[in-house]
Amino acid sequence: MIKHFLNLEWKQYFRSSYWQKNMAMNILLVFFALYFVVIFLALGFGLLPILKKVYPEQDPFVVANGFIFFWIIGDLMMRFFLQKLPVMSVKPLLTLPIKRSTVVNFVLGKSALSFFNFLPLFAIIPFSIMLIRDGYATSMVLTWMLTMIIVVLIINFLNFIIEAFSAEKELSFLPIIIVVSVLFGLDYFGVLPMRSLVGDSLISIANNPILILIPMAVLLLCYSYNYKILKGKLFLDSSLKSKVTEVKAADLSWTKRFGDIAPFMQLDLKLIWRNKRTKSMAMLLVIGLLYGLFFYPQPMYRDMEFMFAFIGVFSTGFFLINFGQFIPAWDSGYYKMLMSQNIKYEQYLRSKFILMIMSVAILFILGIPYVYFGWKILIAHFAAAIYNIGVNSHVILYGGSFNRKKIDLDKKAAFNYQGTGAVQWLIGIPLMVLPMGLFGLTNWLVGFEAAIALLIILGVVGIVLHKKLMMLITKKYLDSKYKMIDAFSQDN
Amino acid sequence: MIYTKDLSKAYNGTTVLNIEELNIPKGQSFGLVGNNGAGKTTYFSLLLDLIKPTTGNITNNSVVVDQSEDWKPFTSSFIDESFLIGYLTPEEYFYFIGELRGENKADVDALTSKFEDFFNGEIIGKKKYLRDLSKGNQKKAGIVAALIGNPEVIILDEPFANLDPTTQIRLKQVLKDLAEKQGVTVLVSSHDLMHVTDVCERIVVLEKGDVIKDLETNPTTLKELEAHFAGSVSASQEEE
Repeated sequence: MIKHFLNLEWKQYFRSSYWQKNMAMNILLVFFALYFVVIFLALGFGLLPILKKVYPEQDPFVVANGFIFFWIIGDLMMRFFLQKLPVMSVKPLLTLPIKRSTVVNFVLGKSALSFFNFLPLFAIIPFSIMLIRDGYATSMVLTWMLTMIIVVLIINFLNFIIEAFSAEKELSFLPIIIVVSVLFGLDYFGVLPMRSLVGDSLISIANNPILILIPMAVLLLCYSYNYKILKGKLFLDSSLKSKVTEVKAADLSWTKRFGDIAPFMQLDLKLIWRNKRTKSMAMLLVIGLLYGLFFYPQPMYRDMEFMFAFIGVFSTGFFLINFGQFIPAWDSGYYKMLMSQNIKYEQYLRSKFILMIMSVAILFILGIPYVYFGWKILIAHFAAAIYNIGVNSHVILYGGSFNRKKIDLDKKAAFNYQGTGAVQWLIGIPLMVLPMGLFGLTNWLVGFEAAIALLIILGVVGIVLHKKLMMLITKKYLDSKYKMIDAFSQDN
Repeated sequence: MIYTKDLSKAYNGTTVLNIEELNIPKGQSFGLVGNNGAGKTTYFSLLLDLIKPTTGNITNNSVVVDQSEDWKPFTSSFIDESFLIGYLTPEEYFYFIGELRGENKADVDALTSKFEDFFNGEIIGKKKYLRDLSKGNQKKAGIVAALIGNPEVIILDEPFANLDPTTQIRLKQVLKDLAEKQGVTVLVSSHDLMHVTDVCERIVVLEKGDVIKDLETNPTTLKELEAHFAGSVSASQEEE
């Protein structure tokens, strides 16, 4: 049975039009994976000498275990945003003579093979080797290593429980924030010394191998809970029968002032508000807006002026990047209809464009309180907003014409909680890193004012050339029309 | 009105449609029949410029469809459910299509009110999203949306499939009226020979991409079509 499933997975992956047309994306992903592997390897080999140097009078093994707690919550957070439970189209399998438990075990088992679970091994194993070479008892280190692997798997399955919970209750990222901040708060305010608690338990397990049964039991518990959740979803009616929701129509007549693109703007606003996936994206805006708070309160970053540009582009362009990169895939479900309707492509694209620049303006205005951390930050954010409007908006619209992956808004694939993974963030990187690089370089070579001026000028040039650029972009979309229609009518 | 010349469509060297010449005059109700894979949907997709012809082209009211978009204002269609926008209510969808075709809400309301019995009270004013409607009701909404904006050419792929018998009979009347009284060119495809012969003045039979019959509908057409399709069954049995 497993053999059949693997066969199906393989075909699904390599026969999808997404794979075939996105070689570059895949290569980029591989590079990122390699990059992280190298970093973790370096960490694994380098940690012991570093710890010995920084904490000369403490046992480096004890110190390392003291940090495991932070790694756990960091990992949990990372996974929540990047790792999704593997999707499997189960509907065709349900009527076949396959046990439901087999399907569920396969999906869960597959998730254990995720890159996110292998990555820590690249640090854990070298670190263990270094420990043994340093004279620690081999049996103890091996027990510790095994415990860590179990911990990694616990995090893996715990993450899916949290994801399932947040998808169920439509709370978006709220649960993970609560879990992480409660854990962190317990430690930080000294209610429960989580850090030493985790560290001490790891050390005692390492010393008494029999105690390893405890993390194993926790792992089993997490697994069986996941099993329960998924099995409950494995019925046709839970994925077929959509909740019939009463429509609450908002008054969108204000869009009329945009003239001929008004119908499209109304459509886009309804698209964002009425679909689960777009809605949770809209909620993520809060994170984008508050992103600066991770950096600016620390004086260290306040002197790194190139960071201003990065945070500015990120926080004012958050919607632009997240929404823009899936143009026109948002409309993929009815793309054929749009293409046979009496519409001008240019109007359709202009509506998306205006929506994006409106979001930039709104996010900039909401971000004005950052001036508290210094006027330079506000000016940098302003320049970044102009850059987003003039340059990034056009770039992302142009990039959209390469979109070949259908987004299924109506159906919720049985295990598909949020739908996007790591790829989504990769696309944003050039959009953010390029202005940051330009800004940083000019700032370093000439000065802050020149760097601000550069971003603004680039943005203004984009705005001035808007009509010309839109013509180019429209032509590109028209050229790839047939390919897009074809790709959007495929299911994977 | 619609003139097809030397049209062919091939995928990886396999020809799926090949029409030397086909002329559909204005105001004709035109039916396309054929077994699965005969090329009916391919022809309609070419007509709507959703796929690119391998050779030749289609001219719709003297507009070459794969070269200009000027055919769009007077042509409307409903091919399948992917023409619907799932997160809109039927009313919102009608208004959206209406705006694209230059009609205001009042025009759209006036049109949809004529279809109250067709909708059977299950579509308008139900505050439901299109994605939550049943397949049949989705189809009804899609077909009516294709009538918005006084199109001169209406293309419907398999309009009778998934509809209940009452609606099928009503739809036949609607389509007949469009062609006879309003001079609209109506193109439908169907597997149901009886419905097609009821609705269409002219029926073209496609087989593996070729036009093999082109009939003016008369009282014996149904018999002839049935004989043809039954014949192709017995012929293939003989081959085996």
